[in-house]
Amino acid sequence: MQRNNLRKWLLSVGAVAVVALPMPSWAQLTKYDLETRLGIEAHVGDVTGHAKDAKPDYRRYCVGCHGELGDGNGENFPWIDPKPRDFQLGVFKCRSTPTGTLPLDQDLFDTIARGMDRSNMPQWSTFTKQERADLVAWVKHFSPRWTNEKPGTPITIPPEPEVTPERIKAGRDVFARVQCWKCHGVLGQANGPSAATLTDDLGRPIAAFNFTEGARPKCGDTDRDIYRIFMTGLDGTPMPSFADNIKPDEAWDLVFYLRTLMSQPSKEKAMAKQLGLKPVDPNAPAGQQ
Amino acid sequence: MHVSRRSRLRHASCFGSLILMAVFTVLACSRPAHALPAFARKYGLRCSACHESWPMLNYFGQKFKDNGYQLMNDRDAPIWQNPSYWPVTFRITPIWHRVSTGKVLVDTYSAGNPIPTGTAIQRITTNGFDLSGLDFHTGGTLEKNFSFYVLPSSDNTGAFHFESVFARLDNLFGSPWLNVKLGKFELDNLLSEKRILTLTGNGGIYQLYHFIPVGDGNIFGQIGDNQLGLEVMGHSWNDRTRYSAALLSSSDGTVGLPYGNGYTGFFTASQAFDTGKAGVQRIGAYAMVGEAPTSWLTSGGPSSYIAGSGTGNKGFSREGFVGLFYFGQHVDLQVVTQHGEDSAWFGQGYGDVIDSISVLNNTTGTVLPAGSRSPTWNGVLFEPHYIYSPQLIFIGRYETIRMSQQSTPGTPSNLGNISTYTLGFRYNPFMTSRAGFAWHNEYNWLHQDGTAPDGSNLNSSEVLTGFDFDF
Repeated sequence: MQRNNLRKWLLSVGAVAVVALPMPSWAQLTKYDLETRLGIEAHVGDVTGHAKDAKPDYRRYCVGCHGELGDGNGENFPWIDPKPRDFQLGVFKCRSTPTGTLPLDQDLFDTIARGMDRSNMPQWSTFTKQERADLVAWVKHFSPRWTNEKPGTPITIPPEPEVTPERIKAGRDVFARVQCWKCHGVLGQANGPSAATLTDDLGRPIAAFNFTEGARPKCGDTDRDIYRIFMTGLDGTPMPSFADNIKPDEAWDLVFYLRTLMSQPSKEKAMAKQLGLKPVDPNAPAGQQ
Repeated sequence: MHVSRRSRLRHASCFGSLILMAVFTVLACSRPAHALPAFARKYGLRCSACHESWPMLNYFGQKFKDNGYQLMNDRDAPIWQNPSYWPVTFRITPIWHRVSTGKVLVDTYSAGNPIPTGTAIQRITTNGFDLSGLDFHTGGTLEKNFSFYVLPSSDNTGAFHFESVFARLDNLFGSPWLNVKLGKFELDNLLSEKRILTLTGNGGIYQLYHFIPVGDGNIFGQIGDNQLGLEVMGHSWNDRTRYSAALLSSSDGTVGLPYGNGYTGFFTASQAFDTGKAGVQRIGAYAMVGEAPTSWLTSGGPSSYIAGSGTGNKGFSREGFVGLFYFGQHVDLQVVTQHGEDSAWFGQGYGDVIDSISVLNNTTGTVLPAGSRSPTWNGVLFEPHYIYSPQLIFIGRYETIRMSQQSTPGTPSNLGNISTYTLGFRYNPFMTSRAGFAWHNEYNWLHQDGTAPDGSNLNSSEVLTGFDFDF
C-alpha cells in the first residue's frame, strides 16, 4: 500500500514537473533571452519589420502597460482593466487564424492601428507602416512560440450575402442555438446568466461584450470582422470559436442578427423593427424561437 | 537743440526694444505650457506616448489634441471615468539663472554727489534662484465630443490671468473634419510655443512668433500669443491632413474689449507623409491676415485714451511655411519661416496706445511722414532635437529675422534684426503616467542690431538650470 502511494506521489510530482517546468522558462524570461530573438522579422505586404528597430518606439509608447519584458506587467498594470496583454504567452484575441494558432503578422499590424475598444489600448494609427511592422516583430520576439510554431492558416470568409428579414430571423435562431445569450444576454446587454462568472485564461474577471452601448467590437466593426470573431474565437477569453458549430451561411445570419442588437443605426435594425422581431426566449424549445 | 522726428523715434524704438525684451523675459519666465499628467492618468499612458519630451507633442499627442483630448475610444467620456478622477495638473519650475544684458543705459555719479551727472552704457549681469509662474491646467471632456480647457496662469509674482479658456465641439456630424472651438486658445501653430522645450527669457519663446519692428506700434500680429476667437479645424482620421481657420478679435488675447472692432484671420493647412523608417514628415503653411486700430478717442487730454474706442483699422499679415522633419527615432528638425508686413501706419509708430505709451495716436488730419512704407521682414527658425531616449532630449535652436524694408526711408536696413541661439537638454529621471519631472538646462544668446541705447548692437545671454515638474 505504502509503495503504491509512493508511486502515485512520484507520478504526480512527475506530471506536475512536466506541466510546470516549461512555464518558468516563460515567466522568468530574461533580457538576455529576448536579445537572442532580436533578429525576428515581421512581413506585412511589402514591408519587412525588424524587431531590433522597434525598441525606441516600444519604450516610448508601449512599455508603461506591456512592461519591459512584454509580460503585461508595466507600471500601469495595477490600475487598468482589462489587464495588458502578456506577449510572452503568444496568445492573441484578434486573429484571422483558427483558435489556438498564432496570428498572422497582418493581424497584429491591424490590431496596433485599430486599438482595442473597452481597454486602455488606443488606436496607434500615427505610426508609419514600417514602424508598425517593426513593432509587430518586437511583439513576436517576446514569445518563444514564434520560433517554434508557424501562424495558422487564415479562415476563409465567403462573400457577404444580401441581408433579408429571413436571414435576420435565422440569425436569431443561431443566437439561441449556440447560446450566445448566456453571456451576452437576450438583448445583447452583457447580462446573461453566465456573465458575472466569466474569467479569462489567467483567471481574471472579464466582461462579455455589450452590443447596446455603442462600443466597437474589439477586433473590428465591419461585418467581416464580426464574422471572423465568432469563427476564430477570442483566444485567452471565454469567447470560443464556433467554427465547428456554425456553418458559414449561418455565421452571416448571426452577423445580421447581431447588428439588430447594436445601438448604431443599420438596415438590419430597421428590418428587425419592421418585422417586430422579438428577443430570443431562453426557455423556448430548440428550434421554436 | 533740434531733435529730429527720426531721432526721437529711434530713441523711442531703442527704449521700446528694451522694454519689449524685459517684458519677454517676464512673460517667458511665467510661460504657461501644456503638459497634462491628468490626461496620462486618465488613459494610463506615459508622458512619452503623447510628448516628444513634455510639453512638446509628438504626432500621437497632436492627434489626441486634434480629437478634442480624446483617444476616440470608450474611455473618452467622463461618465466612464473613476469618479475620483480630477482633470487638473499643476506646473511650476524652480530655477537658478544668470541673465546678462549688454549696453544698458545707466546714470553716472561724481564722488559725493547724489545727483546723476551723466550717463554711461554698461553691461548688467544678475544671477540667483528664481521661480517660474504657476499653471493650473484643467482640460478634458465634458461628454464625448465636448471638450474643454481652462488654464489660469500666474506670473512669478502670483498675479493670475486666464491664459486659455475654451470649449470645443468635436467631430461634428460624426466627422473629424469639423471641430469648432470658442474662447481663448493657442493658435494652431504646428510648432507650438506653448509647448516649447526651452525656458529662458529670450529662448523660451519663438522670436519669430512675436517679432515687432523697431518703432512699430502693432502688437496684434503675435502668433505666439493665445488669442480670443472662434476656430474651425479638421483633420483626417489618422491626422495626416489638417486644416484650421480662426476668426480672432484683434486684441492679442486681452480680455475686456480694450481696443476696437478689428478682426484677424489665422489659417493653417498641412499634410504629413509616411517615409518608412525615417518616420512621418509634415509640411504645412500658415497665414495671419488682420487689421487693428490706430485711431483713439481721448477724454481729458491727448494721452487719456478711451478703452474700446479704437478705429482707423490698418492691415498686417504674417505668413510662412512649417516643416516637421524626422530622421528616424532619434533626430528631428522643426523649421518655420515667416514673411511679415505691417501697414505703414503701424510702422510709423501708430497702433496700440492702450499698452504702450510710446505709440502715437492717428488723430483726425494726421498724415504719415513722406516716403513712409510698410515695414516688411523675413525670418526662419531651425530647431533640431536629438532624442537619446524618451527621458533625455538635447535641444538646439537658431532663429534669425531680417528686415527687408524699414518703414522710414534712410533707416539702417538692419535695424532690429535678430539672431538667437539656444542650446539645452532636459533629463527626465523617470517616465510614468502619473507625473512629470525634468532637470532642465539651457543657454540662450540673443543679438539685435542697432537697439542698444547708443544705436549699436545689443547682445544678451542667459544660462538656466532648474527642476521643471508637473503633477
